[in-house]
Amino acid sequence: MAGVITKKIIHGVYDDEVPLLEACKKLKSAGIKVKDVFSPFPIHGIDPIIGIRRTRLAICAFIYGLTGCGLATLMMWYMQVHDWPTDVGGKPNWMYFHNVPAFIPITFESTILCAGHGMALTYLLRCMLVPGARAKNPDPRTTNDKFLILLELPEEKAGEAENLLRTAGAIEVNHKGTKTEPLPY
Amino acid sequence: MHAESQIREPLILGNKTYTTITDDIIRPVEGKTGKAWYVLFTISTLTFLWGLGCLAYTIGVGIGVWGSNNGVDWAWDITNFVWWIGIGHAGTLISAVLLLFRQKWRLGINRAAEAMTIFAVMCAAIFVLFHTGRVWLDYMLFPLPNQFGSLWPNFNSPLLWDVFAVSTYFSISLVFWYIGLVPDFAAIRDRAISPVVKKIYNLLSLGWGGSAKHWSRFEEVSLVLAGLSTPLVFSVHSIVSFDFATSILPGWHTTIFPPYFVSGAVFSGFAMVLTLMLVVRRVYGLQAYITIKHVEYMNIVIIVTGSIVGVAYLTELFMSWYSGVEFEQYAFLNRATGPYAWAYWCMMTCNVVSPQLFWFKKIRTSLVATFLLSIVVNIGMWFERFVIIVPTLCRTFLPSTWNMYHPTFVDIGIFTGTIGMFGFFFLLFSRYFPVIAQAELKTILKISGEQQKKDAAAHSHTHVHAH
Repeated sequence: MAGVITKKIIHGVYDDEVPLLEACKKLKSAGIKVKDVFSPFPIHGIDPIIGIRRTRLAICAFIYGLTGCGLATLMMWYMQVHDWPTDVGGKPNWMYFHNVPAFIPITFESTILCAGHGMALTYLLRCMLVPGARAKNPDPRTTNDKFLILLELPEEKAGEAENLLRTAGAIEVNHKGTKTEPLPY
Repeated sequence: MHAESQIREPLILGNKTYTTITDDIIRPVEGKTGKAWYVLFTISTLTFLWGLGCLAYTIGVGIGVWGSNNGVDWAWDITNFVWWIGIGHAGTLISAVLLLFRQKWRLGINRAAEAMTIFAVMCAAIFVLFHTGRVWLDYMLFPLPNQFGSLWPNFNSPLLWDVFAVSTYFSISLVFWYIGLVPDFAAIRDRAISPVVKKIYNLLSLGWGGSAKHWSRFEEVSLVLAGLSTPLVFSVHSIVSFDFATSILPGWHTTIFPPYFVSGAVFSGFAMVLTLMLVVRRVYGLQAYITIKHVEYMNIVIIVTGSIVGVAYLTELFMSWYSGVEFEQYAFLNRATGPYAWAYWCMMTCNVVSPQLFWFKKIRTSLVATFLLSIVVNIGMWFERFVIIVPTLCRTFLPSTWNMYHPTFVDIGIFTGTIGMFGFFFLLFSRYFPVIAQAELKTILKISGEQQKKDAAAHSHTHVHAH
């Protein structure tokens, strides 16, 4: 078929994160891209090796927080100052600025509310963690004690990759068939 | 990976591996339900039902069935509300503040403590929702467009701040807890044999797979949520204290209330965590993960916060004398020597004297002593809120309005009902959810595992000899 590339899918399974990190380094220096790594817990220091950039979720949280802060301000200005100014024990109510001290708690709570929920939702949707989603790990043992390197690479590199996975200490190397992708242009 | 000093005691006892951690923590979920669980669950459910009955009676007849009266218009409802909210604070403190401080010992207890937070806030919510008198009109607490004007809630009022603070606190805690639970649900799903169980936990796990990118995001989300929850938890109890501190009643009108309430909340919350965890570790056989060292760390937090509370009590007494305001002086004299003096001295003994026993290492590392003292602290902190509220209100400015407060069976029923409700939810949690964050716990196995530490010591020893 023209314009299509066939890739082999290989799973390198480890029983510890140290040899897995070693294998990732070796694959990287051999110019083989690690498609993904699945592990029972976060492996620290793996991100730069397999080319994961720092997530921007914290920036999202900041923006959501600002939104929450703004919405709360707008709401309280509209309800308490503009639409129906209420005289509570003679406290100033004719302009937002004079009322600010009393509005700080709700502004703060609303900032946290929007930042927290906004970020959590973004995280879940960005990772496609939704009710009913199918398990994303290719091997069910990776939520217990196994660590898995997922490779998708052209046929001719498969032998070299398997060798590298094994020398780093893989307990299993499983061939999981092939998949076809359009050629990158 | 960094090594940890040999002087630090291991946080995971015995020769554990990643698999044994999964087994130990998930086995209670997969195994058969024990007899003890059924007994406790039946007691909790019956108490809970009795509480629901009392609530129904309150709705049907009106809030007059409570012991609150013209003088003492706030009584058990607010006492119980503050007590429950305070208990909730320890969960957030453990999961958020200790995360920011990189305290690894939090990992043995954070899951259950967060669950405790959520159930405690639910119990607290019952009191604030029902004390309004007409619970079906509670939607008016929220700034919803309406046909009364539009008449908006009063944003100058600490009671409205409470609505926002408590609902934010509840929902953020719930999200924080659930996001942490997702990888553990996936672990249960991947072990499940029965297709129905697999399906249920797959639904709960949201399809989690543990890819490197997802873990990286997971850690960032946990860190940011911890950063958000930390000021949140302090704000919530500060705002709860504003309910009192912004009034002009002697005994309530003090600036010390926010820090005093927050430390009191952490104090009572840790006591509750200890009460629960000592039972959980025993029933589910988790002694290797919730060790004596964990108990000791929590007891140290209890000494610190208990001492802060003690200093706050003394500061209040000093300030009432030093202020020169007669009403203020009388309020405190009345607390200590008035009709509710027994409650005051009960509070003083339970909160100020008893936690000081933890200065003795023998006592703070003894499980029996810790369990008993944690219950004493819980009782003491309930009396603290009672002492702040009832003796103050029963002797205000006008002697002609002075009267006593007596709880009715409905007051008592609703309070014990919330304890039953708490037990009901906590037991369900401990039966169907992993009570320890097993995925995150695995990250400290190599650093803080007992066998791993021994191996590291042996290794460094041979290393020295080789040179």
